[in-house]
Amino acid sequence: MLKVQNIDVFYGNIQALKGLSLEVNEGEIVTLIGANGAGKSTLLKTLSGLLKPKGGIIEYEGFSIAGKAAQTIVKSGISHVPEGRRVFANMSVEENLELGAYLRNDKAGIKKDLDHVYELFPRLLERRKQQSGTLSGGEQQMLAMGRALMAKPKLLLMDEPSMGLAPLMVKNIFNIIEQVNKEGTTVLLVEQNANMALSVANRAYVLETGRIVLSGTAKELQESEQVKAAYLGGL
Amino acid sequence: MKKSKVFWGYAVLALVIYAVVQVLISTNILDIYYQNMLITMCINIMLAVSLHIVIGITGQFSIGHAGFLAVGAYVSAIITTKLMLPFPLAIFLGALAAAVAGLIVGIPTLRLKGDYLAIATLGFAEIIRIIFLNTDYVGGAAGMQVLYLSNWTYAFIGVVLTILVISNFTNSRHGRACISIREDEIAADAMGINTTYYKVVAFAIGSFFAGLAGAIFAHNFYIIQPTTFGFLKSFDILIYVVLGGLGSLSGSVIAAVFLTVVSAYLANFPETRMIIYSLVLIVVMLYRPTGLMGTKEVTDLFKFGKKGGTK
Repeated sequence: MLKVQNIDVFYGNIQALKGLSLEVNEGEIVTLIGANGAGKSTLLKTLSGLLKPKGGIIEYEGFSIAGKAAQTIVKSGISHVPEGRRVFANMSVEENLELGAYLRNDKAGIKKDLDHVYELFPRLLERRKQQSGTLSGGEQQMLAMGRALMAKPKLLLMDEPSMGLAPLMVKNIFNIIEQVNKEGTTVLLVEQNANMALSVANRAYVLETGRIVLSGTAKELQESEQVKAAYLGGL
Repeated sequence: MKKSKVFWGYAVLALVIYAVVQVLISTNILDIYYQNMLITMCINIMLAVSLHIVIGITGQFSIGHAGFLAVGAYVSAIITTKLMLPFPLAIFLGALAAAVAGLIVGIPTLRLKGDYLAIATLGFAEIIRIIFLNTDYVGGAAGMQVLYLSNWTYAFIGVVLTILVISNFTNSRHGRACISIREDEIAADAMGINTTYYKVVAFAIGSFFAGLAGAIFAHNFYIIQPTTFGFLKSFDILIYVVLGGLGSLSGSVIAAVFLTVVSAYLANFPETRMIIYSLVLIVVMLYRPTGLMGTKEVTDLFKFGKKGGTK
Protein backbone atom coordinates (compact mmCIF):
# COMPACT_ATOMS: atom_id res chain seq x y z
CA MET A 1 0.00 0.00 0.00
CA LEU A 2 2.74 2.40 1.00
CA LYS A 3 6.31 2.06 -0.17
CA VAL A 4 9.05 4.38 0.99
CA GLN A 5 12.44 4.08 -0.66
CA ASN A 6 15.61 5.89 0.25
CA ILE A 7 14.12 9.18 1.32
CA ASP A 8 16.23 12.06 2.58
CA VAL A 9 14.64 14.84 4.60
CA PHE A 10 16.39 17.97 5.81
CA TYR A 11 15.64 20.73 8.28
CA GLY A 12 17.77 23.47 6.79
CA ASN A 13 21.22 21.88 6.73
CA ILE A 14 20.48 19.17 9.20
CA GLN A 15 19.59 15.84 7.71
CA ALA A 16 16.82 14.21 9.74
CA LEU A 17 16.15 11.14 7.58
CA LYS A 18 19.00 9.39 5.81
CA GLY A 19 18.00 7.09 2.99
CA LEU A 20 15.12 5.64 4.91
CA SER A 21 13.04 2.83 3.40
CA LEU A 22 10.00 1.02 4.70
CA GLU A 23 6.82 -0.59 3.57
CA VAL A 24 3.26 -0.79 4.87
CA ASN A 25 0.88 -3.42 3.50
CA GLU A 26 -2.86 -3.08 3.41
CA GLY A 27 -4.63 -4.06 6.61
CA GLU A 28 -1.53 -4.01 8.80
CA ILE A 29 -0.63 -2.13 11.93
CA VAL A 30 3.00 -1.17 11.48
CA THR A 31 4.83 0.54 14.28
CA LEU A 32 7.93 2.65 14.23
CA ILE A 33 9.82 2.88 17.49
CA GLY A 34 12.84 4.89 18.40
CA ALA A 35 14.28 7.40 20.83
CA ASN A 36 13.71 11.15 20.84
CA GLY A 37 15.09 12.81 17.76
CA ALA A 38 15.35 9.60 15.78
CA GLY A 39 13.16 11.07 13.04
CA LYS A 40 9.86 9.33 13.72
CA SER A 41 7.67 12.43 13.56
CA THR A 42 9.68 13.74 10.63
CA LEU A 43 8.82 10.63 8.67
CA LEU A 44 5.10 10.99 9.35
CA LYS A 45 5.18 14.67 8.43
CA THR A 46 6.90 13.81 5.19
CA LEU A 47 4.34 11.13 4.39
CA SER A 48 1.43 13.52 4.99
CA GLY A 49 2.97 16.31 2.94
CA LEU A 50 3.84 18.71 5.75
CA LEU A 51 7.53 18.31 4.86
CA LYS A 52 9.03 17.74 1.44
CA PRO A 53 11.72 15.09 0.96
CA LYS A 54 14.89 16.08 -0.89
CA GLY A 55 15.28 12.71 -2.49
CA GLY A 56 13.80 9.22 -2.65
CA ILE A 57 10.49 7.67 -3.59
CA ILE A 58 7.21 7.59 -1.69
CA GLU A 59 4.64 5.46 -3.42
CA TYR A 60 1.07 5.12 -2.19
CA GLU A 61 -1.25 2.71 -3.99
CA GLY A 62 1.05 2.80 -6.96
CA PHE A 63 1.25 6.60 -7.23
CA SER A 64 4.13 8.79 -6.23
CA ILE A 65 3.15 11.21 -3.46
CA ALA A 66 6.60 12.54 -2.54
CA GLY A 67 6.50 16.33 -2.34
CA LYS A 68 2.77 16.53 -3.08
CA ALA A 69 0.68 19.12 -1.21
CA ALA A 70 -0.94 17.99 2.04
CA GLN A 71 -4.47 18.43 0.70
CA THR A 72 -3.78 16.14 -2.25
CA ILE A 73 -2.42 13.49 0.09
CA VAL A 74 -5.34 13.76 2.51
CA LYS A 75 -7.72 13.48 -0.41
CA SER A 76 -6.02 10.31 -1.58
CA GLY A 77 -6.77 8.68 1.77
CA ILE A 78 -3.89 9.31 4.16
CA SER A 79 -4.82 10.99 7.42
CA HIS A 80 -2.34 12.25 10.02
CA VAL A 81 -2.97 12.50 13.75
CA PRO A 82 -0.25 14.99 14.68
CA GLU A 83 1.94 14.73 17.73
CA GLY A 84 0.61 16.53 20.80
CA ARG A 85 -3.01 16.24 19.60
CA ARG A 86 -3.36 19.78 18.27
CA VAL A 87 -7.12 20.09 18.54
CA PHE A 88 -8.69 23.42 17.55
CA ALA A 89 -9.03 24.63 21.14
CA ASN A 90 -11.63 27.36 20.69
CA MET A 91 -13.97 25.20 18.67
CA SER A 92 -16.46 22.68 19.96
CA VAL A 93 -15.83 18.96 19.71
CA GLU A 94 -18.31 18.64 16.87
CA GLU A 95 -16.79 21.53 14.91
CA ASN A 96 -13.40 19.86 15.22
CA LEU A 97 -14.82 16.64 13.83
CA GLU A 98 -16.56 18.49 11.00
CA LEU A 99 -13.26 20.06 10.02
CA GLY A 100 -11.79 16.59 9.79
CA ALA A 101 -14.18 15.97 6.91
CA TYR A 102 -13.21 19.28 5.33
CA LEU A 103 -12.30 17.83 1.93
CA ARG A 104 -15.39 15.64 1.65
CA ASN A 105 -18.65 16.64 0.04
CA ASP A 106 -20.89 13.64 0.66
CA LYS A 107 -23.17 14.92 3.40
CA ALA A 108 -24.77 11.55 4.12
CA GLY A 109 -21.39 9.84 4.36
CA ILE A 110 -20.07 12.52 6.69
CA LYS A 111 -23.09 12.14 8.96
CA LYS A 112 -22.60 8.38 9.02
CA ASP A 113 -18.93 8.69 9.90
CA LEU A 114 -19.71 11.26 12.57
CA ASP A 115 -22.10 8.80 14.19
CA HIS A 116 -19.46 6.12 13.89
CA VAL A 117 -16.82 8.28 15.58
CA TYR A 118 -19.27 8.94 18.41
CA GLU A 119 -19.81 5.19 18.64
CA LEU A 120 -16.06 4.59 18.93
CA PHE A 121 -15.68 7.42 21.44
CA PRO A 122 -18.90 7.77 23.46
CA ARG A 123 -17.05 10.32 25.57
CA LEU A 124 -16.95 12.71 22.63
CA LEU A 125 -20.69 12.40 22.14
CA GLU A 126 -21.25 13.49 25.75
CA ARG A 127 -19.08 16.53 25.14
CA ARG A 128 -19.92 17.37 21.59
CA LYS A 129 -20.87 20.99 22.32
CA GLN A 130 -17.98 21.56 24.71
CA GLN A 131 -14.96 23.64 23.76
CA SER A 132 -12.27 21.17 22.92
CA GLY A 133 -9.56 23.15 24.74
CA THR A 134 -11.32 22.28 28.00
CA LEU A 135 -11.13 18.51 27.43
CA SER A 136 -8.69 16.29 29.31
CA GLY A 137 -5.55 15.10 27.52
CA GLY A 138 -7.04 11.69 26.84
CA GLU A 139 -10.25 13.14 25.48
CA GLN A 140 -8.24 15.46 23.25
CA GLN A 141 -6.35 12.46 21.91
CA MET A 142 -9.67 10.78 21.17
CA LEU A 143 -10.82 13.91 19.43
CA ALA A 144 -7.65 14.17 17.36
CA MET A 145 -8.09 10.56 16.33
CA GLY A 146 -11.79 10.99 15.60
CA ARG A 147 -11.03 14.09 13.58
CA ALA A 148 -8.54 12.18 11.45
CA LEU A 149 -11.04 9.34 10.96
CA MET A 150 -13.60 11.84 9.67
CA ALA A 151 -11.49 12.14 6.53
CA LYS A 152 -12.30 8.46 5.92
CA PRO A 153 -8.65 7.45 5.59
CA LYS A 154 -7.39 4.20 4.16
CA LEU A 155 -4.09 4.77 5.93
CA LEU A 156 -3.98 6.39 9.35
CA LEU A 157 -0.69 7.91 10.53
CA MET A 158 -0.57 8.23 14.30
CA ASP A 159 2.13 10.19 16.06
CA GLU A 160 2.66 9.18 19.69
CA PRO A 161 -0.94 8.73 20.79
CA SER A 162 0.20 7.68 24.26
CA MET A 163 2.07 10.92 24.97
CA GLY A 164 1.31 12.26 28.43
CA LEU A 165 -1.64 9.98 29.07
CA ALA A 166 -2.54 7.85 32.09
CA PRO A 167 -1.90 4.10 31.59
CA LEU A 168 -5.58 3.27 31.56
CA MET A 169 -6.24 5.87 28.89
CA VAL A 170 -3.31 4.56 26.83
CA LYS A 171 -4.86 1.10 26.93
CA ASN A 172 -8.18 2.54 25.88
CA ILE A 173 -6.66 4.40 22.93
CA PHE A 174 -4.75 1.33 21.78
CA ASN A 175 -7.90 -0.79 21.94
CA ILE A 176 -9.54 1.68 19.64
CA ILE A 177 -6.55 1.63 17.27
CA GLU A 178 -6.97 -2.13 17.03
CA GLN A 179 -10.69 -1.77 16.42
CA VAL A 180 -10.21 0.85 13.71
CA ASN A 181 -7.69 -1.48 12.08
CA LYS A 182 -10.15 -4.37 12.18
CA GLU A 183 -12.68 -2.17 10.40
CA GLY A 184 -10.27 -1.94 7.50
CA THR A 185 -7.99 1.04 8.13
CA THR A 186 -4.27 0.45 7.80
CA VAL A 187 -2.29 2.08 10.61
CA LEU A 188 1.25 3.39 10.78
CA LEU A 189 1.95 4.05 14.42
CA VAL A 190 4.87 6.02 15.82
CA GLU A 191 5.50 5.38 19.49
CA GLN A 192 7.92 5.79 22.35
CA ASN A 193 5.91 3.36 24.39
CA ALA A 194 7.51 0.40 22.60
CA ASN A 195 5.88 -2.26 24.75
CA MET A 196 2.39 -1.08 24.01
CA ALA A 197 3.09 -0.45 20.35
CA LEU A 198 4.63 -3.89 19.77
CA SER A 199 1.70 -5.55 21.49
CA VAL A 200 -0.80 -4.29 18.91
CA ALA A 201 1.39 -4.19 15.79
CA ASN A 202 1.92 -6.80 13.10
CA ARG A 203 5.33 -5.54 12.08
CA ALA A 204 7.76 -3.01 13.41
CA TYR A 205 10.74 -0.88 12.47
CA VAL A 206 13.35 0.54 14.81
CA LEU A 207 14.61 3.97 13.89
CA GLU A 208 17.89 5.46 15.09
CA THR A 209 19.19 8.89 14.03
CA GLY A 210 17.36 8.92 10.72
CA ARG A 211 18.04 5.29 9.73
CA ILE A 212 16.16 2.04 10.08
CA VAL A 213 18.40 -0.20 12.17
CA LEU A 214 16.11 -3.14 12.72
CA SER A 215 12.89 -4.48 11.33
CA GLY A 216 10.74 -7.57 11.60
CA THR A 217 7.47 -8.86 12.93
CA ALA A 218 6.37 -7.33 16.21
CA LYS A 219 6.96 -10.66 17.90
CA GLU A 220 10.54 -10.90 16.67
CA LEU A 221 11.33 -7.44 17.89
CA GLN A 222 9.71 -8.05 21.25
CA GLU A 223 12.12 -10.91 21.73
CA SER A 224 15.19 -9.23 20.30
CA GLU A 225 17.84 -8.61 22.94
CA GLN A 226 18.82 -5.36 21.33
CA VAL A 227 15.30 -3.96 21.47
CA LYS A 228 14.75 -5.28 24.96
CA ALA A 229 17.81 -3.49 26.20
CA ALA A 230 17.20 -0.22 24.48
CA TYR A 231 13.42 0.21 24.43
CA LEU A 232 11.63 -2.27 26.61
CA GLY A 233 13.29 -1.49 29.90
CA GLY A 234 16.09 -3.94 30.57
CA LEU A 235 16.45 -7.68 30.14
CA MET B 1 -35.98 29.87 7.79
CA LYS B 2 -34.62 31.04 11.08
CA LYS B 3 -31.42 32.31 9.52
CA SER B 4 -33.24 34.56 7.08
CA LYS B 5 -35.33 35.94 9.94
CA VAL B 6 -32.15 36.94 11.76
CA PHE B 7 -30.81 38.48 8.57
CA TRP B 8 -33.92 40.61 8.05
CA GLY B 9 -33.79 41.60 11.70
CA TYR B 10 -30.33 43.03 11.16
CA ALA B 11 -31.36 44.62 7.86
CA VAL B 12 -34.22 46.44 9.60
CA LEU B 13 -31.91 47.48 12.43
CA ALA B 14 -29.40 48.91 9.95
CA LEU B 15 -32.13 50.80 8.11
CA VAL B 16 -33.46 52.25 11.37
CA ILE B 17 -30.01 53.43 12.44
CA TYR B 18 -29.44 54.94 9.02
CA ALA B 19 -32.84 56.68 8.91
CA VAL B 20 -32.57 58.08 12.44
CA VAL B 21 -29.13 59.56 11.81
CA GLN B 22 -30.18 60.85 8.39
CA VAL B 23 -33.18 62.63 9.93
CA LEU B 24 -30.98 64.11 12.66
CA ILE B 25 -28.54 65.34 10.00
CA SER B 26 -31.15 66.87 7.74
CA THR B 27 -32.84 68.61 10.67
CA ASN B 28 -29.41 69.92 11.68
CA ILE B 29 -29.55 68.46 15.18
CA LEU B 30 -26.26 66.76 14.33
CA ASP B 31 -24.04 69.56 13.12
CA ILE B 32 -21.04 69.25 10.86
CA TYR B 33 -18.74 68.36 13.78
CA TYR B 34 -20.82 65.36 14.75
CA GLN B 35 -21.37 64.35 11.15
CA ASN B 36 -17.65 64.29 10.67
CA MET B 37 -17.22 62.24 13.81
CA LEU B 38 -19.80 59.74 12.55
CA ILE B 39 -18.06 59.37 9.21
CA THR B 40 -14.71 58.92 10.95
CA MET B 41 -16.37 56.32 13.13
CA CYS B 42 -17.64 54.46 10.08
CA ILE B 43 -14.19 54.55 8.50
CA ASN B 44 -12.62 53.20 11.68
CA ILE B 45 -15.23 50.44 11.92
CA MET B 46 -14.44 49.38 8.36
CA LEU B 47 -10.73 49.38 9.12
CA ALA B 48 -11.19 47.45 12.35
CA VAL B 49 -13.42 44.81 10.77
CA SER B 50 -11.15 44.46 7.74
CA LEU B 51 -8.16 43.84 9.98
CA HIS B 52 -10.24 41.55 12.17
CA ILE B 53 -10.54 39.03 9.32
CA VAL B 54 -6.74 38.91 9.03
CA ILE B 55 -5.75 38.90 12.71
CA GLY B 56 -8.87 37.84 14.58
CA ILE B 57 -10.11 35.12 12.24
CA THR B 58 -7.05 33.85 10.41
CA GLY B 59 -4.55 34.64 13.17
CA GLN B 60 -2.01 36.34 10.90
CA PHE B 61 -0.39 39.19 12.75
CA SER B 62 -0.30 41.98 10.17
CA ILE B 63 0.62 45.50 11.22
CA GLY B 64 0.72 47.17 7.83
CA HIS B 65 -2.95 47.84 7.36
CA ALA B 66 -2.49 51.58 6.81
CA GLY B 67 -0.68 50.75 3.58
CA PHE B 68 -3.87 49.35 2.06
CA LEU B 69 -5.81 52.29 3.42
CA ALA B 70 -3.36 54.51 1.53
CA VAL B 71 -3.74 52.57 -1.72
CA GLY B 72 -7.53 52.88 -1.55
CA ALA B 73 -7.30 56.56 -0.68
CA TYR B 74 -4.86 57.55 -3.43
CA VAL B 75 -6.32 55.41 -6.20
CA SER B 76 -9.85 56.64 -5.55
CA ALA B 77 -8.63 60.24 -5.27
CA ILE B 78 -6.89 60.00 -8.64
CA ILE B 79 -10.05 58.62 -10.21
CA THR B 80 -12.34 61.37 -8.95
CA THR B 81 -9.99 64.35 -8.90
CA LYS B 82 -7.73 63.73 -11.89
CA LEU B 83 -9.92 61.59 -14.11
CA MET B 84 -13.21 63.18 -13.08
CA LEU B 85 -15.05 59.86 -12.88
CA PRO B 86 -17.98 59.22 -10.50
CA PHE B 87 -17.35 58.62 -6.81
CA PRO B 88 -18.96 55.15 -6.49
CA LEU B 89 -16.70 53.86 -9.27
CA ALA B 90 -13.72 55.40 -7.51
CA ILE B 91 -14.65 53.66 -4.27
CA PHE B 92 -14.88 50.32 -6.03
CA LEU B 93 -11.65 50.71 -7.95
CA GLY B 94 -9.82 52.01 -4.88
CA ALA B 95 -10.90 48.93 -2.95
CA LEU B 96 -9.95 46.68 -5.84
CA ALA B 97 -6.52 48.27 -6.11
CA ALA B 98 -5.99 47.71 -2.39
CA ALA B 99 -7.02 44.06 -2.77
CA VAL B 100 -4.48 43.64 -5.58
CA ALA B 101 -1.86 45.29 -3.36
CA GLY B 102 -2.92 42.83 -0.65
CA LEU B 103 -2.31 39.91 -3.00
CA ILE B 104 1.09 41.25 -4.04
CA VAL B 105 2.13 41.72 -0.42
CA GLY B 106 0.39 38.62 0.88
CA ILE B 107 1.68 35.95 -1.47
CA PRO B 108 5.36 36.31 -0.51
CA THR B 109 4.91 37.34 3.14
CA LEU B 110 2.24 34.94 4.34
CA ARG B 111 4.77 32.12 4.36
CA LEU B 112 6.25 33.89 7.35
CA LYS B 113 4.92 33.48 10.86
CA GLY B 114 4.37 35.64 13.93
CA ASP B 115 6.94 38.36 14.46
CA TYR B 116 8.46 37.91 11.03
CA LEU B 117 5.14 38.42 9.31
CA ALA B 118 4.47 41.50 11.44
CA ILE B 119 7.79 43.07 10.47
CA ALA B 120 7.34 42.21 6.79
CA THR B 121 3.86 43.73 6.61
CA LEU B 122 5.08 46.81 8.45
CA GLY B 123 7.87 47.13 5.90
CA PHE B 124 5.51 46.77 2.96
CA ALA B 125 3.17 49.42 4.33
CA GLU B 126 6.13 51.79 4.62
CA ILE B 127 7.15 51.01 1.04
CA ILE B 128 3.67 51.89 -0.18
CA ARG B 129 3.77 55.13 1.77
CA ILE B 130 7.22 56.05 0.44
CA ILE B 131 6.07 55.38 -3.13
CA PHE B 132 3.26 57.91 -2.72
CA LEU B 133 5.63 60.31 -0.97
CA ASN B 134 7.91 60.31 -3.99
CA THR B 135 5.31 60.41 -6.74
CA ASP B 136 4.83 63.96 -7.98
CA TYR B 137 1.64 63.03 -9.81
CA VAL B 138 -0.11 62.67 -6.44
CA GLY B 139 1.52 65.72 -4.88
CA GLY B 140 4.44 64.07 -3.07
CA ALA B 141 4.94 65.17 0.52
CA ALA B 142 2.68 68.20 0.13
CA GLY B 143 -0.27 65.92 -0.37
CA MET B 144 -3.07 65.79 -2.86
CA GLN B 145 -6.15 67.96 -3.14
CA VAL B 146 -9.25 65.80 -3.16
CA LEU B 147 -12.88 66.66 -3.82
CA TYR B 148 -15.15 66.53 -0.80
CA LEU B 149 -17.59 63.79 -1.73
CA SER B 150 -18.00 61.55 1.31
CA ASN B 151 -21.16 61.72 3.30
CA TRP B 152 -23.00 59.70 5.91
CA THR B 153 -24.78 57.61 3.28
CA TYR B 154 -21.59 56.38 1.60
CA ALA B 155 -19.91 55.76 4.93
CA PHE B 156 -22.85 53.82 6.31
CA ILE B 157 -23.27 51.69 3.19
CA GLY B 158 -19.55 50.95 3.39
CA VAL B 159 -19.85 49.75 6.97
CA VAL B 160 -22.89 47.58 6.25
CA LEU B 161 -21.19 46.04 3.24
CA THR B 162 -17.98 45.36 5.16
CA ILE B 163 -19.74 43.72 8.08
CA LEU B 164 -22.09 41.75 5.85
CA VAL B 165 -19.36 40.29 3.68
CA ILE B 166 -16.91 39.56 6.49
CA SER B 167 -19.44 38.03 8.87
CA ASN B 168 -20.81 35.84 6.08
CA PHE B 169 -17.32 34.79 5.13
CA THR B 170 -16.55 33.93 8.74
CA ASN B 171 -19.62 31.73 9.07
CA SER B 172 -18.97 29.92 5.83
CA ARG B 173 -16.89 26.82 5.22
CA HIS B 174 -14.04 29.11 4.16
CA GLY B 175 -14.29 31.03 7.41
CA ARG B 176 -14.07 27.78 9.33
CA ALA B 177 -10.91 26.94 7.44
CA CYS B 178 -9.43 30.33 8.36
CA ILE B 179 -10.34 29.91 12.04
CA SER B 180 -8.70 26.48 12.06
CA ILE B 181 -5.50 28.13 10.80
CA ARG B 182 -5.66 30.55 13.72
CA GLU B 183 -6.24 27.69 16.16
CA ASP B 184 -3.50 25.42 14.87
CA GLU B 185 -1.86 25.75 11.52
CA ILE B 186 -0.17 22.34 11.50
CA ALA B 187 -3.40 20.56 12.34
CA ALA B 188 -5.23 22.60 9.70
CA ASP B 189 -2.61 21.52 7.18
CA ALA B 190 -2.98 17.91 8.26
CA MET B 191 -6.76 18.15 7.72
CA GLY B 192 -6.05 18.95 4.09
CA ILE B 193 -6.83 22.66 4.35
CA ASN B 194 -4.81 24.73 1.90
CA THR B 195 -3.50 27.09 4.54
CA THR B 196 -1.49 29.38 2.27
CA TYR B 197 -4.48 29.87 -0.02
CA TYR B 198 -6.80 30.82 2.83
CA LYS B 199 -4.28 33.15 4.42
CA VAL B 200 -3.90 35.00 1.13
CA VAL B 201 -7.68 35.10 0.57
CA ALA B 202 -8.31 36.52 4.03
CA PHE B 203 -5.54 39.04 3.50
CA ALA B 204 -6.95 40.15 0.14
CA ILE B 205 -10.48 40.53 1.51
CA GLY B 206 -9.14 42.52 4.45
CA SER B 207 -7.16 44.75 2.09
CA PHE B 208 -10.20 45.26 -0.15
CA PHE B 209 -12.26 46.69 2.68
CA ALA B 210 -9.34 48.72 3.99
CA GLY B 211 -9.19 50.23 0.49
CA LEU B 212 -12.89 50.93 0.61
CA ALA B 213 -12.41 52.74 3.90
CA GLY B 214 -9.50 54.59 2.29
CA ALA B 215 -11.69 55.87 -0.54
CA ILE B 216 -14.22 57.31 1.87
CA PHE B 217 -11.44 58.64 4.07
CA ALA B 218 -9.75 60.44 1.16
CA HIS B 219 -12.92 62.26 0.15
CA ASN B 220 -13.69 63.41 3.67
CA PHE B 221 -10.85 65.87 4.32
CA TYR B 222 -10.14 67.83 1.10
CA ILE B 223 -6.52 66.69 1.24
CA ILE B 224 -4.57 63.50 1.76
CA GLN B 225 -0.91 63.31 2.72
CA PRO B 226 1.47 60.35 2.94
CA THR B 227 2.22 61.11 6.63
CA THR B 228 -1.38 60.21 7.51
CA PHE B 229 -0.72 56.63 6.49
CA GLY B 230 2.37 56.00 8.62
CA PHE B 231 2.80 53.04 10.91
CA LEU B 232 1.05 54.86 13.76
CA LYS B 233 -2.14 54.58 11.72
CA SER B 234 -1.56 50.85 11.40
CA PHE B 235 -1.21 50.63 15.16
CA ASP B 236 -4.44 52.55 15.66
CA ILE B 237 -6.25 49.93 13.62
CA LEU B 238 -4.47 47.11 15.41
CA ILE B 239 -5.57 48.57 18.74
CA TYR B 240 -9.26 48.43 17.72
CA VAL B 241 -8.94 44.74 16.96
CA VAL B 242 -6.93 43.82 20.05
CA LEU B 243 -9.03 45.95 22.38
CA GLY B 244 -12.26 44.53 20.96
CA GLY B 245 -11.02 40.99 21.47
CA LEU B 246 -9.16 38.94 18.90
CA GLY B 247 -11.70 36.90 17.03
CA SER B 248 -14.75 39.03 17.82
CA LEU B 249 -16.25 41.07 15.00
CA SER B 250 -18.68 42.91 17.22
CA GLY B 251 -15.83 43.51 19.66
CA SER B 252 -13.77 45.29 17.04
CA VAL B 253 -16.80 47.38 16.02
CA ILE B 254 -17.42 48.38 19.64
CA ALA B 255 -13.75 49.20 20.18
CA ALA B 256 -13.64 51.32 17.02
CA VAL B 257 -16.72 53.27 18.07
CA PHE B 258 -15.50 53.68 21.62
CA LEU B 259 -11.98 54.82 20.71
CA THR B 260 -13.22 57.20 18.00
CA VAL B 261 -15.42 58.94 20.58
CA VAL B 262 -12.67 58.96 23.21
CA SER B 263 -10.13 60.39 20.83
CA ALA B 264 -12.59 62.97 19.47
CA TYR B 265 -13.31 64.31 22.95
CA LEU B 266 -9.67 64.19 23.91
CA ALA B 267 -8.86 66.38 20.88
CA ASN B 268 -9.63 69.35 23.17
CA PHE B 269 -6.71 68.37 25.41
CA PRO B 270 -3.90 67.85 22.93
CA GLU B 271 -1.19 67.72 25.64
CA THR B 272 -2.76 64.94 27.66
CA ARG B 273 -4.58 63.18 24.83
CA MET B 274 -2.07 60.42 24.18
CA ILE B 275 -1.54 59.86 27.90
CA ILE B 276 -5.21 59.35 28.60
CA TYR B 277 -5.64 57.27 25.47
CA SER B 278 -2.78 55.02 26.57
CA LEU B 279 -4.17 54.79 30.10
CA VAL B 280 -7.53 53.64 28.75
CA LEU B 281 -5.75 50.90 26.82
CA ILE B 282 -3.65 49.81 29.79
CA VAL B 283 -6.67 49.62 32.08
CA VAL B 284 -8.68 47.60 29.58
CA MET B 285 -5.79 45.23 28.98
CA LEU B 286 -5.25 44.76 32.71
CA TYR B 287 -8.85 43.93 33.47
CA ARG B 288 -9.85 42.31 30.18
CA PRO B 289 -6.66 40.76 28.79
CA THR B 290 -8.61 38.98 26.04
CA GLY B 291 -10.13 42.28 24.92
CA LEU B 292 -13.60 43.62 25.55
CA MET B 293 -15.41 40.67 24.00
CA GLY B 294 -12.84 37.86 24.00
CA THR B 295 -13.76 35.65 21.06
CA LYS B 296 -17.48 36.06 21.74
CA GLU B 297 -19.92 38.10 19.68
CA VAL B 298 -22.61 40.43 21.03
CA THR B 299 -25.22 38.03 19.68
CA ASP B 300 -23.80 35.20 21.84
CA LEU B 301 -24.81 37.13 24.94
CA PHE B 302 -28.47 36.75 24.06
CA LYS B 303 -28.45 33.01 23.65
CA PHE B 304 -26.32 31.72 26.51
CA GLY B 305 -27.35 28.34 27.81
CA LYS B 306 -28.53 27.26 24.39
CA LYS B 307 -25.18 26.67 22.84
CA GLY B 308 -21.86 26.03 24.56
CA GLY B 309 -19.01 28.37 23.73
CA THR B 310 -18.65 27.74 20.06
CA LYS B 311 -17.02 30.12 17.61
